[in-house]
Amino acid sequence: MRVISLLAGVALGVVATAASAADFKPAVVFDMGGKFDKSFNEGVWNGVKKFMDESGVEVMEFEVTNETQREQAMRRMVSRGATIVLGVGFAQADAIDKVAAEHPDIQFAIIDVSWLDRPNLRQYAFKEHEGSYLVGVAAANKSETGKVGFVGGMDIPLIRKFACGYVQGAKETADGTEVLQNMTGTTPTAWNDPTKGAELAQSQIDRGADVIYHAAGGTGLGVIRATADADKLAIGVDSNQNGIAPGHVLTSMVKRVDVAAYETFKDAMDGNFTSGVKILGLAENGVDWAVDENNAPLLTDDLKAAVEAAREGIIAGTIKVHNYEDTGSCPY
Amino acid sequence: MDWAALSELWIDTLRILDGSFRLATPLILCAMAGLVSERSGVIDIGLEGKMLAAAFAAAAVASLSGSPWAGLVAALGVSAALALVHGFACITHRGEQIISGVAINILASGGTVVAGIALFRQGGQSPPLMADERFRPIALPGAEALSGIPVIGPFYAELVSGHTLPVYLALIAVPLVAWMLARTTFGLRLRATGEMPLAVDSAGVSVVLIRYRAVLIAGLLCGLAGVFLSTAHGAGFVREMSAGKGYIALAAMIFGKWRPWPVLGACLLFGFLETAAARLQGVQLPLIGEAPVELILMLPYVATVVLLAGFFGRAIPPKALGVPYRKER
Repeated sequence: MRVISLLAGVALGVVATAASAADFKPAVVFDMGGKFDKSFNEGVWNGVKKFMDESGVEVMEFEVTNETQREQAMRRMVSRGATIVLGVGFAQADAIDKVAAEHPDIQFAIIDVSWLDRPNLRQYAFKEHEGSYLVGVAAANKSETGKVGFVGGMDIPLIRKFACGYVQGAKETADGTEVLQNMTGTTPTAWNDPTKGAELAQSQIDRGADVIYHAAGGTGLGVIRATADADKLAIGVDSNQNGIAPGHVLTSMVKRVDVAAYETFKDAMDGNFTSGVKILGLAENGVDWAVDENNAPLLTDDLKAAVEAAREGIIAGTIKVHNYEDTGSCPY
Repeated sequence: MDWAALSELWIDTLRILDGSFRLATPLILCAMAGLVSERSGVIDIGLEGKMLAAAFAAAAVASLSGSPWAGLVAALGVSAALALVHGFACITHRGEQIISGVAINILASGGTVVAGIALFRQGGQSPPLMADERFRPIALPGAEALSGIPVIGPFYAELVSGHTLPVYLALIAVPLVAWMLARTTFGLRLRATGEMPLAVDSAGVSVVLIRYRAVLIAGLLCGLAGVFLSTAHGAGFVREMSAGKGYIALAAMIFGKWRPWPVLGACLLFGFLETAAARLQGVQLPLIGEAPVELILMLPYVATVVLLAGFFGRAIPPKALGVPYRKER
């Protein structure tokens, strides 16, 4: 009897190890907005799709449609046998922290989070300030009035980080450039209030701004609308928004979340998964400015040269872009 | 102060008022909707939901058909349909009015996103609307010609001219509602229904029919507010884009004591405070320096509380508000 159970135990153990080696089951939990949101989630989806096309591995997915589903969705992925679960956006931080603690043998990764500490969790953050610096250079270069604008969504340190990099880029390009700044609100509704976004943009245009950068999610669509109606220029954020109002969007500060998503699954499949925080900046192609056929006519050679020079300066380290989150303040 | 600085100040003032009108438009339309419904005795907490559903219908249909007018018709239709659902629950079946209203808000909040994902697959947003799919600002005749005249010229060009259709409709809606309530037979009966439905009934007038008509009018007005959000002032639908404006309108309605002109005043005040708040951000103020954003964003609400608590007397709702009418047999 004893021998049999011992044998059974050994056999089970063998089966289990074999399974974990061959069984690579990636999963992704998209956040509110869904995977075709033309923004953050869609960026992740593009990375996931690239991974699936290249590796032939099917990635399990779930689209969260309300706050309470985040944790449930992650648990569900684990119970369906996922070996790595990718979360999207800072809103999922608490959920993934909890689930990762409960399942130390499963790998987790999350994008846009840098403050958690789990041995089985990889976190991706972006140097948004570097990308914002680039579009600040573009804005100041393009502005005729010497005044440019910024409209943020919810007033949180992350958005201040966008603002600070932008201001620095603008001021170091054309000394004396004035940057008008507005935050939409202090609650999450500030991400989805295009009416107010348009009004804030209008107020900046009234005060002389002719290029306005938004970091405000859905609210930013109102900013782009108002600037386009007033025949001024907007700057998009997160994904390439140049096509929303062709000819009226100077460029977009893109966050390459697709790179993060692709890298996560690729590393996990090759056995190279590491925990800790990965910070992607200009040098890692994590942030960039968008150039396509929609904004090509707006970009002069002088502007392109200025932005490229700034990019090289940042990568080489000759230009230091201030990170708001380091000090909690913006010196510009 | 010289002449140039004065005229600059005048234009700035006009621009702030201009912004106030734009921000007040959805409030005015929703508050008038709530006013008509509540004066007939039906609580309407579903202003927000009707406006949101209408905003979605307007943007979706305008995007699919290419015509803002088709969007307008769809928005009015959807909003009126939701109003009739509210009426069916509260008037015909004498249900709890607050619950029915909340249900409409939840339905609109979820339903628009579900329909949006099904139709456009863009995470619940509609595609951004192009210029000819929207109601554009209307330049009133002579705005250009008169703009050279001091004081009056900028007043006409900046403030009166250059708004979108729903803004003008909102401003027309106020005198219309006021006139209807005060001067027409229907208005008199509507008010009586809200105060003492038994009296209306004994005069041989149907309480049910009056209330249905009131909620229908409310539906149409909310529909216009939705049109303003997504196809006039905005250019496309974004999830939850009503952002609590329906509730602020409800507050403005109570603030204005269920009377059209004071309610208009309350809406304009909210609009003005929000516009002023937008311009105060990052501005150096005397003595305190740069005010924190939170403080500035709080201003409209603080002002509301102070005004409500300090300067206006008790707001007395219609007597039969929230009480379903049961005919004696």
